[in-house]
Amino acid sequence: MKVSSPQFKEKSVIALADPRLRQALGQSRKGFVNKRAELVGELPEFEQLRDEARDLKNHVLDNLDHYLERYEAAVTAAGGHVHWARDAEEARSIILNICQRVNAKTITKGKSMVSEEIGLNEALEAKGYTVVETDLGEYIIQLAHEPPSHIIAPAIHKTKEQVSELFETAHGGPRKSTVADLVTEARLVLRDKYFQADVGITGGNFLVAETGSSIIVTNEGNGDLTQTLAKVHIVTSGIERIVPTLEDVALFLRILARSATGQETETYTTLSTGPRRPDDVDGPEEYHVVLVDNGRSKMLGGKFQDMLRCIRCGACMNHCPVYGAIGGHAYGWVYPGPMGAVLTPLFVGLDATYDLPNACTLNGRCESVCPVRIPLPELLRELRHMQYQQGIRPPGEQRALGAWRFVAERPRLYQFANRLAARVLKGLGGRTGRIGSLPFASAWTDSRDMPAPEGKTFLELWQAKPR
Amino acid sequence: MPEARKAILGQIRSAIGRDALADAAAAALDARRPTHTRIAFEDALVERFIARFTSRSGTVERVASLLDVPAAVEAYRQQHGLPARAAIARPLAGLPWPADFAHHPGPAGKDEVLSVTACLAAIAEMGSLMLASGPDSPTTLNFVPDHHLIVLHETQIVRHFEDAWAILRACPGGMPRATNIVSGPSRTGDIELTIQLGAHGPRSVHVILVR
Amino acid sequence: MPPSPRVGLFATCLMNLFRPNIGFATVKLLEEAGCMVEVPLAQTCCGQPGYNNGDFDAARALARQLIAVFEGFDYVVGPSGSCMATLRVDYPKLFENDADWLPRAEALAAKSWELLSFLTDVRGMSAVQADYAGTVTYHDSCSGLRSLGIQQQPRLLLASVGGLELTEMRDAEVCCGFGGTFCVKYPEISSRMADEKCANIDAAGVDTLLGGDLGCLLHMAGRLKRQGSTVKVFHTAEVLAGMATGEGIGGVPE
Repeated sequence: MKVSSPQFKEKSVIALADPRLRQALGQSRKGFVNKRAELVGELPEFEQLRDEARDLKNHVLDNLDHYLERYEAAVTAAGGHVHWARDAEEARSIILNICQRVNAKTITKGKSMVSEEIGLNEALEAKGYTVVETDLGEYIIQLAHEPPSHIIAPAIHKTKEQVSELFETAHGGPRKSTVADLVTEARLVLRDKYFQADVGITGGNFLVAETGSSIIVTNEGNGDLTQTLAKVHIVTSGIERIVPTLEDVALFLRILARSATGQETETYTTLSTGPRRPDDVDGPEEYHVVLVDNGRSKMLGGKFQDMLRCIRCGACMNHCPVYGAIGGHAYGWVYPGPMGAVLTPLFVGLDATYDLPNACTLNGRCESVCPVRIPLPELLRELRHMQYQQGIRPPGEQRALGAWRFVAERPRLYQFANRLAARVLKGLGGRTGRIGSLPFASAWTDSRDMPAPEGKTFLELWQAKPR
Repeated sequence: MPEARKAILGQIRSAIGRDALADAAAAALDARRPTHTRIAFEDALVERFIARFTSRSGTVERVASLLDVPAAVEAYRQQHGLPARAAIARPLAGLPWPADFAHHPGPAGKDEVLSVTACLAAIAEMGSLMLASGPDSPTTLNFVPDHHLIVLHETQIVRHFEDAWAILRACPGGMPRATNIVSGPSRTGDIELTIQLGAHGPRSVHVILVR
Repeated sequence: MPPSPRVGLFATCLMNLFRPNIGFATVKLLEEAGCMVEVPLAQTCCGQPGYNNGDFDAARALARQLIAVFEGFDYVVGPSGSCMATLRVDYPKLFENDADWLPRAEALAAKSWELLSFLTDVRGMSAVQADYAGTVTYHDSCSGLRSLGIQQQPRLLLASVGGLELTEMRDAEVCCGFGGTFCVKYPEISSRMADEKCANIDAAGVDTLLGGDLGCLLHMAGRLKRQGSTVKVFHTAEVLAGMATGEGIGGVPE
């Protein structure tokens, strides 16, 4: 997928000016955040579960090679096939080869962020396949030719009216105006596609080493129809999504939906283990899993290993006030919000993604809700450090930091500079006690007054104070 | 792609800083059966299941015996104005269905509106049903029809996921091809986070709970 | 613990420059809590701007300077959750690979406190002798809240202020958009976040906004005043010390 992260600033300003986006984001903030808080409040075990989930993920990462091999053996024993892909291109070509071999025409897809990451739809369409996203949100943005703006609610930026317009254009009238009618219309259109599909592609929330099962956790049932009705089921998943046993699955089922959508559980949790059995009357004839590395193994053992714990729940973006202001598209690639601001620079490079780690106040709300306790602010700060070391920074900023350090290392100079600033700024503030416009600080004063100092610094007054 | 497999595993091992695990260490990992924290609750299993399942718009009806199931299905069918046909899973086919009620064991076709199935278990902690695929329980019956009726015996309700896994592990053919844990009717919040039932799967999931 | 501990006051950069009154309020409260307060004049910045902008070397240089200045005190206290979190949480991380400085950084971290949590959690203070005739709402600044767990302490002490009525605003714990250099690097996003905050302050129907970090307060005051709001803005310490007089941060209303 094309990376537009270098346009972060421009895109965020455009997003801020979009009243419909603001309305949509306002609704989602309330919905996800309040529901999560309510559910978590009812569950005294929740913090303990987060600790266990973090520890379990660390255990898996420490033994990832072993669990991957065990998983592969279990899939094979169940009659499925495991494919390994070092990068996006290898993953695409594995899937294209399968589609070609089975002479596929229509391909249905359940929600999969990895498939976005490897640019699968474009590759399939370029070869002439009809690709149909079946998750309602994904379907909407496919019609709009947009990338997802949220990892679990991809069309969260769209209002009902916008969806109504898209459906009218795609399906022909009459135009539907209620959410219920829109959902029914999509249900009927997509129903045909499931039955036509030659290949059904889904993601995998968890891959169970013990049983060789891939698991999807969904609300709509589209993923199940996709993987049950197509002749061939292909799972795309990152190598880090392995869990050792079914007991470990139970742990994640207790925190995933609560963190993601603020539901106790999502409607469907499905474990898929191999293809149709000899006496089955339905189910796919072939079952494939594409294990995608694409930079993940390089994160192991380094400063960003904690990021591999991510279970893609979206809680960090739901709680991020920056995401809540600008939505997901400004981030410019597949993964938005705090987790995306860490992953995108690691996956596509530091150069094209300068703003992502910087457009964050380090307020820590993301970390405070992360079900696997990823220290997101610390990782973002670490990325800033790498940018600094590699000189990936606007030159003015680098110079300003240098000047600040020079002065702050010299207490007498520092106090002098402060005394001077206190006087100058007080003068500029005049009678009102605040400054409305300051040429060298317009980034502040364009939208905010600057409260003026009182004329003398604290240290100055303290020294002068009789004791 | 064997070279990709080798490269990925090699990169992982070099990042972790060790070779492939020795047999003893691998066996220790394979023997690992963790006990994670479970969600404590005091209500009886049946009550917990009903309360949690219905909190997500699932419906539950209680009957005295398995023989009452056809009448319950018939009443449901009439109440919802559905035609007199259904996909009925094989284990339930022998019940005394009304003479004019056409039924077949599946799979469910595109226009199927009603299915009646058994299930492997129900899990009380969040109020979920567990269905395992097989000739007696085709997966399409769980997702294609608008209305999915599930026959559950009270004794099938277990406490936690972990208890359900034990049942799964004891399945005669090993892990079923598809294990569906169903916690209510299909739903979506993808348009303005407005919850709408019946996104792609059943609009209604109705449990006939047999004492 | 000595009955009358020697406390080194960390005069945070913004307080020193913009609002000395907070510093004097801090001294008063510390003295009320039985401390001997000293203000070392060789202090400068804690180094957080360098740390948060990826210049870890600069942050370490300033940290070493600050550690040397303050390590002789029983405690280091400052009226800011953000700066004190740098001393308490970040310094040990900065020196994790430095055998010489790590023990000194850890020792300093262990005795570094944000003002209000020091008053309540260390000195056992549960009430102050002060009055404030007004309705107030309190903004939980992020670093204090999430790095230091400061949430109940200010509310406990504010409850003892005569005449003061606290109304919680919605999303009190959501960032105001200040974020240090963030507010000038991404002014449009920062201002939108401030707008959300201002709307919640407005909806609370109070006449005063309080908080424990001057950076956030300058930011919110700047946006409130730009919007023509008459809400006064004070640092919590100013109210607790009975020194919240005048027009507050950001000056007189239009």
